[in-house]
Amino acid sequence: MHPFLLSLIGGAILGIGAVVLMATLGRIAGISSIAFSNLQEKWRWAFVAGLVIAPQLALLITGSNGIGAPVVSVGALAVAAVCVGVGTALSNGCTSGHGVCGLSRLSVRSLVATLIFMGVAIATVALTKGF
Amino acid sequence: MKTLVSALIAGLLMGFGLSLSGMGDPKNVIGFLDLFGNWNPRLIFVMGGAVIVTFIGYRFVLKRKTPLFDTAFHLPLSQVIDTKLVAGSALFGIGWGLSGYCPGPALISLNTPSIEIFTFVGVMAASSMLTRFVVSKNAKSDEA
Repeated sequence: MHPFLLSLIGGAILGIGAVVLMATLGRIAGISSIAFSNLQEKWRWAFVAGLVIAPQLALLITGSNGIGAPVVSVGALAVAAVCVGVGTALSNGCTSGHGVCGLSRLSVRSLVATLIFMGVAIATVALTKGF
Repeated sequence: MKTLVSALIAGLLMGFGLSLSGMGDPKNVIGFLDLFGNWNPRLIFVMGGAVIVTFIGYRFVLKRKTPLFDTAFHLPLSQVIDTKLVAGSALFGIGWGLSGYCPGPALISLNTPSIEIFTFVGVMAASSMLTRFVVSKNAKSDEA
């Protein structure tokens, strides 16, 4: 299957998952907020378990788990992880929370967040490619 | 029980979607972010598919008075665009651009664990939780 079609279908299924979470538990499917706050609430663990198990399902059904190896060093990953962890906590969202759910709710706050993190990410790649 | 199963199913769907989408491979993500270089447009289709489905789905679901298994919807009320939002989004963008990982793809990568993945997820989790703790403490002392 053409990669663009695969990506479109993957995105659509991602969206179905977000809608299911809203329909059943009334929650925004912001993965950073679900996974890293109020961890005494057991449903969050069930959600993350679903995320971690899912590539196995993808492997069974499609023959690929869709996971690729990291492309930067452990040190760079650690620095990046601090940026992602602190950044998503401060802004209260990430690509799923602001980018998918927020935009779908026509949230101006999420639009601002998305434009900023997209723009900065693109600039970051442009700058680091020089090295 | 219904709550746990619902959350599990939602996580499975989102993880499965991420796996299919190609976003589990940081090469694809960095390729998309390499707008001024070797551009790989795949993420556009992921976001497009996700936003279209979620937008339509939310329109139906949010018409209801309550979700199926809770007494109320938990929707963010704040529309404030403050320093935390702007700085946090920028910082997140730096991390995403450096590694090609955002929280979802990093978590699904735990399915095929490695030192690199454990490092990223562990540091991300600790950073996130510590930040939330500090922010909430500051908020409380502001109220005092």
